[in-house]
Amino acid sequence: MNRPTLLPQLSSLVRRTPVRDGLGVGVAVGFSGLAFGTTAVTSGLSVAQACVLSLLAFTGASQFALVGVVAGGGNLVAGAVGALLLGFRNTLYGLRLGELLDWRGPGRALAAHGVIDETTAVALAQNGRADVRAGFTTTFATLFLLWNTTTLVGAVATESIGDPSTFGLDVVGPATFLALLWPRLREGGRTLVVALLGAAIALAATPLLPPGVPVLLASIAALIALGDGKDDATERSGK
Amino acid sequence: MMLWAAVVVTGVGCYLLKYAGLAAPRAVLERPAVRRFAMAVPVALLAALIALQTVADADRLVVDLSRLGGMAAAVVALLLRAPFLVVLVVAAATTAGLRALGVG
Repeated sequence: MNRPTLLPQLSSLVRRTPVRDGLGVGVAVGFSGLAFGTTAVTSGLSVAQACVLSLLAFTGASQFALVGVVAGGGNLVAGAVGALLLGFRNTLYGLRLGELLDWRGPGRALAAHGVIDETTAVALAQNGRADVRAGFTTTFATLFLLWNTTTLVGAVATESIGDPSTFGLDVVGPATFLALLWPRLREGGRTLVVALLGAAIALAATPLLPPGVPVLLASIAALIALGDGKDDATERSGK
Repeated sequence: MMLWAAVVVTGVGCYLLKYAGLAAPRAVLERPAVRRFAMAVPVALLAALIALQTVADADRLVVDLSRLGGMAAAVVALLLRAPFLVVLVVAAATTAGLRALGVG
């Protein structure tokens, strides 16, 4: 009885711009959980640890950062601090989204888990509160489901093969970071300088300091961004 | 056990950072210096991680030609505007291929 009305309802829902945007981004990015599951197990995490990290942290760059330090045999405290430093940009996204979404209480506590790069990008591209909320929620739900499922699949698949490096899986982690960073690198200018300086600091410090610490030290390079404020206008209009 | 602690601390910490933003007074965002620094930190950290995971093993620098080849292939794929997952597959396949050939 429901069937004839349900399908048109579904298709009209999917045709709404924020829902379509959210599904598109969620599906495109969600499968990169495969890369995370693979990298996590290659680095020495168990399947359970990889899955719990995806469920709780649910922010790709921070997760990759922690397992990257684990892979290098690094200090776990330094690894966690590095991951949290990377997660700090979600605080900034939350500052912008808080006003737009305008959820309170339990709704806000739930929505907070979804404050990441992709949901922010989709939400900010919508007009009006209803569409902002729809875009945010669709992206969050799609991405959360896929990211966690594919983390599990990637982790289990990697665990079942003997030596992941035979398949070149040790390069998936750094290649993921490169792909994430690529759009920012193309901006050139000060962003490129920050990136090159960050890499140089980490490489120079590696023979001298315990693994994990050189990555933290690289955040000094971000101080360049504090300099003069002439990029302000472009940054505000560009985001 | 320590690894579990790191996983849980990172996970809970990442959530709290998100919640803090959503619940904080918006005045914090009005400081452009805070914003610029926080947007630049990931660039520096990600670049550092790329460099280290490509040419470092624990506390020493190494030249692993098959890994370098994989990263070079990733750059080419990105220049050709390949989709995200294609970039990763190209990188891993190149590294695996070079290793199979006995490089690095």
